[in-house]
Amino acid sequence: MSTAQPEPVAPLVEHFFRREAGRLVAVLTRFFGWRNFELVEEMVQATLVDALQSWRVGGVPQNPSGWIHRVAKNKVLDQLRRSEIGRRVTRQWAAARPAHDESIDDLFLDTTIEDSQLRMIFACCHPRLQRENQLALTLKALCGFGNSEIARALLLAEETVKKRLQRARRDLVDHHVSLDPPEAGELVQRLDVVHQVLYLIFNEGYSSSKGETAIRADLCEEAARLCYLLCSHERCSTPPTRALMALMLFHAARLDARLDDRGCILLMEDQDRTKWDRRLIRRAQEFLDQSAEGEVVSTFHLEAGIALYHCSADSYAETDWPAILRLYDALLSLHRSPVYLLNRAIVVAEIEGPQAGIRALDEVSGDPALRHYHLFDTTLGEFYRRAGDLTRARQHLEAAKHKTSSPHDRELIERRLAKC
Amino acid sequence: MANFLFVYRGKNEAFTQFSPEEMQQHMQKWATWIQEGMQKGWMVNPGDALTQEGRVVNAKKVVTDGPFVESKEIVGGFSIVEADTIAAAAELAKGCPALLAGGSVEVRALAGLKA
Repeated sequence: MSTAQPEPVAPLVEHFFRREAGRLVAVLTRFFGWRNFELVEEMVQATLVDALQSWRVGGVPQNPSGWIHRVAKNKVLDQLRRSEIGRRVTRQWAAARPAHDESIDDLFLDTTIEDSQLRMIFACCHPRLQRENQLALTLKALCGFGNSEIARALLLAEETVKKRLQRARRDLVDHHVSLDPPEAGELVQRLDVVHQVLYLIFNEGYSSSKGETAIRADLCEEAARLCYLLCSHERCSTPPTRALMALMLFHAARLDARLDDRGCILLMEDQDRTKWDRRLIRRAQEFLDQSAEGEVVSTFHLEAGIALYHCSADSYAETDWPAILRLYDALLSLHRSPVYLLNRAIVVAEIEGPQAGIRALDEVSGDPALRHYHLFDTTLGEFYRRAGDLTRARQHLEAAKHKTSSPHDRELIERRLAKC
Repeated sequence: MANFLFVYRGKNEAFTQFSPEEMQQHMQKWATWIQEGMQKGWMVNPGDALTQEGRVVNAKKVVTDGPFVESKEIVGGFSIVEADTIAAAAELAKGCPALLAGGSVEVRALAGLKA
């Protein structure tokens, strides 16, 4: 045993194990195929457990990623020697490509890992999978989330997550989804699905006030990380990809400012704007500038444009509401979403007063999705309060309280009721 | 003051159900525990972990492959600590993160004749 004073244990970067899990799953699934996904998961788990057991007492090695990749490679070689699956996969792998192209050594090169992750994004967001299964599989395979973490992040039962993952895997095998990158002709369509999935993951983390704050922030970070990966590849870095990146960064810049000490969402007018991250806002602006190419205006462009107007206003009162209204009108012409309708009414009320806001909401109150949305009543209650009709304000706020189960939402509504 | 050996034992399969994030949190607990021990001075040498590889040589000089995967509590690592009595050392071991993952810590007094 060494008698030298040992070095203190070096800390790992945050989420190191999760990131490595995502990398290994991408690389190994590319090699072994979806059919052997269970085997891949076992190998990844065994590799990470090796790392945990070797490092916990003696400390982390100089190059922890290199250590993990070396162990994983040895596990692959073992598998190839020992099992029938391994021998079959080797034959298929060799038959499918020219000699010396991508040997097993090359699997763990940084560029191959990134390329494998990119392929994985397209596979997890394959149009053959249902949207909810795409989300679960992306979090599992690309983000290294465990089943219970997916359940907590998406507010689902763990059993439901398990079923969705099984279903996703079965669909991938049944439809022979490969990990080959999409052909040029289908790239735009396939990217569109990827964007939708990443946008949903981000929004699950950003818009919900349910569940734990930490894991929801993780969702935002993961969605932004995967979007950034798309941005760093020429083929995938299309104008809508960059607009989505801009949108996520504009929101991320305000992530900390929008929660109070108790984890309740603060309304934009109550946020301390000095807490907004100016560096992220500048990055977002750069991506938005770079997204202004070509003919296509996506919902991401418009949403990012709205976020830009909010971020560049020095105070809530100085917001350029007419410009934002035009962007909501454009958004609604692309996609009639209840959230857009509601937000548009808020903008109308800022420009023309609460009565106009009430009228705008009345016009769309037939929308069933909107009627069940607690923010519909919260907003209407707020409009009535501003218009001086406190009885109706209270009615709508009480109705809103019954439409949400989140304690944070309820607290926000209670605060408003106290003002009536 | 005397020196004691901590032998960390645990089940091989203890971590198979851990998510990557849980593994990292578990790592962090070890790092915190060891660092705290070094700062307070009782962790004399954190020692090392043992890998899964091993050999056993018996009296007939026959070498067999270890480790003893089938054994319930495989030795995973060791450290050297300092304490007044074995009871005090055992008290320190109660903070060991191995216990959180179904493992155990064997506390043994070093004879200390060379010191």
